[in-house]
Amino acid sequence: MTLTFEDLQQIAKIEKDKQEGIKYQINVCVAAGCLSCQSGVVKESLEREVNRRGLENWTRVKGVGCLGLCAVGPLLYLEPDGVYYQGVQVSDVSEILDSLGGSPVSRLDCSSHLPFFKRQQKIVLENCGKVDPESIEDYIAEGGYQALYTALRAMTPNEVIDDVATSGLRGRGGAGFPTGLKWTAVSKAFNKTKFVICNADEGDPGAFMDRSVLESDPHRVIEGMAIAGAAVGATNGFIYVRAEYPLAVRRLRHAIAQAERLGVLGKNVFNTTFDFEIKVRLGAGAFVCGEETALIASIEGRRGTPRPRPPFPAEFGLWGFPTLINNVETFANIPPIIRNGGDWFAEIGTEKSKGTKVFALAGRVNNTGLIEVPMGTPLRDIVFDIGGGIPENRRFKAVQTGGPSGGCIPEQFLDMPVDYESLAKVGSIMGSGGLIIMDETSCMVDVAKFFMEFCMSESCGKCVPCRVGTTQIYNLLSSITNGTGKSADIPNLEELCDLVKNTSLCGLGQTSPNPVMSTLRYFRDEYEAHIHDKTCPAGACNCGGSKEAK
Amino acid sequence: MLTDDMKKKIEEECHRCGNRQGACIEAIQTAQTFWGWISDENMEHIARFLGMSPAELDGVASFYNHIYRKPVGKHIVMVCDSVSCWVMGYEKLLDHMTQRLGIGLGGTTADGLFTMVPIQCLGACDKAPAIMIDEKLYTDLTPEKFDRIIEKYREGA
Ligand SMILES: Cc1cc2nc3c(=O)[nH]c(=O)nc-3n(C[C@H](O)[C@H](O)[C@H](O)COP(=O)(O)O)c2cc1C
Ligand code: FES
Repeated sequence: MTLTFEDLQQIAKIEKDKQEGIKYQINVCVAAGCLSCQSGVVKESLEREVNRRGLENWTRVKGVGCLGLCAVGPLLYLEPDGVYYQGVQVSDVSEILDSLGGSPVSRLDCSSHLPFFKRQQKIVLENCGKVDPESIEDYIAEGGYQALYTALRAMTPNEVIDDVATSGLRGRGGAGFPTGLKWTAVSKAFNKTKFVICNADEGDPGAFMDRSVLESDPHRVIEGMAIAGAAVGATNGFIYVRAEYPLAVRRLRHAIAQAERLGVLGKNVFNTTFDFEIKVRLGAGAFVCGEETALIASIEGRRGTPRPRPPFPAEFGLWGFPTLINNVETFANIPPIIRNGGDWFAEIGTEKSKGTKVFALAGRVNNTGLIEVPMGTPLRDIVFDIGGGIPENRRFKAVQTGGPSGGCIPEQFLDMPVDYESLAKVGSIMGSGGLIIMDETSCMVDVAKFFMEFCMSESCGKCVPCRVGTTQIYNLLSSITNGTGKSADIPNLEELCDLVKNTSLCGLGQTSPNPVMSTLRYFRDEYEAHIHDKTCPAGACNCGGSKEAK
Repeated sequence: MLTDDMKKKIEEECHRCGNRQGACIEAIQTAQTFWGWISDENMEHIARFLGMSPAELDGVASFYNHIYRKPVGKHIVMVCDSVSCWVMGYEKLLDHMTQRLGIGLGGTTADGLFTMVPIQCLGACDKAPAIMIDEKLYTDLTPEKFDRIIEKYREGA
């Protein structure tokens, strides 16, 4: 079956017509965060009660993707009133239905969290909280798959790539490589067979943006991949997802089946010569598989160990064929870029970091959850306005970005704009977008040790600096935290970090010293207190008995 | 032995991957949903079915944390030991879970009901600490909440 543009519009119209006469729409978040606090039961109960009261002709209950403020789920969003409800229980259902058309149930109102919602700018997450992730029709009603149509019928592959290049989009998987350049490289690679891979391994601890996007708006990623396929000349795509994300996997598979049924995936998409197929592959629990060459090995059914680059996957990738590999969020940015043009996207953000970035806020902050802000937004706004500050009136100490490859940013840099360059300047990285907030109860040496332990256990063992070096660094940090550290440990640490950084084979090893180096740089006094005074200033480590004292 | 049902499912995976070795991790995971774990003997069966050598397949399998080569309990309790959960008090919770179940990480309870394993970030960092039992996520965990959850699984057993 082939789909035409008229078909697309027809589907959108039918979907819109269904809403004719609907006066109230109750959107219930059904992403993993809210589901884990029983939003599914709340949704069922709402549906039952709407039917029992005979309101179904003008009240619609709809499951939607992540509304962002996961900390106070289950969340509801009422249209057209624009009211958010938090912590909704089955026992609240009656009252919510009673209040429709009147004043909102103030007990559940989340208006105190207004800055959380108002300060954001949503591109990647534009459909989250709006469309039903299990309905392709709903996605189409919001303009979905029109970008794919445009890319196939109204643009040449080069024009698509130019638009992506103009947008200034950089890879959201961590390194920030210009997406347009990567696409150009793959499109120029001379081979009939090429592949597109979506990296949904999301290994960075503390990050859950990709999970949310896949659970809330899977079609956006599929559309982005298909556009990429058309642009670089690939007919096969793979999405490599962590097995730890069962809901995301289910929604993706469902979405792919729907797309195949409608004909936006498969043979002769939109009556063109373009064929495109997507397969989902599951990771089996190994962090290093997020690294692109390891990921490719894993898809090929081998041990997921990285190999040196070059050659880059763009020339020699999956089964030796030219392969485009991008992150989930990178692909999710593509449909709006094609729809609105690269120039539109380039207007947003800073000079070198364009567009928005999705961040996962976690740790010691009031509003944990998922947010999207323009690149260049100051950290302070993110932590204190959107994040609502630190609970229990504790003091902010640091924000950790970039997971085990990143660093800890202290208070003095809170006014810094968040973009690739600024983060690198202070010794951290953007990474995939996890922001973990730490307060005065977190010990920075302990934090460094924690990440080093992670790298030590996730090192694939192929190269010596990474395998041995991480263990040596870990041992030094252990002795410091348990109160047996010596003065020479700090220079030794610095030397080891330097060595591991410069001689490891892949990014895992090369970046593993970052948490140690950044804490040494900004929280050296904490290291010294452990070593010289045998105390842990945060009262977290068991050195000199400070833990018992707490 | 691979049952016909399993062979059919694995064959589907091979077809989906368009390549037999490419499907090997999925094949093992498929088999694991039936057996719970993969014995040496079964590893051989799978390898033969895929046209790989057992050593080769084992080499691949041993790389991945979710492939179990020892018998495991009926339910797998995966405890996130990543950074957000750690910042939010995972260590205390782990102590409690260890005591409550009477096993450490990697252990299986005597009644064969639970195996507890560490896992990396479950992507539920905003509601840390988090664990996942089989495919179900439990968040904002406290010792009391954990006890209630475990009771439910025990009752269901
Ligand atoms: C140790 C390691 C782990 C990585 N993990 C991920 C990951 O989980 N997700 C991801 O998208 N990229 C990850 N990357 C980056 C990928 O290698 C690759 O650069 C990325 O998928 C490219 O996509 P992008 O250009 O859209 O960012 C990792 C890199 C390294 C070195
Ligand atoms: S750190 Fe535990 S779920 Fe992310």
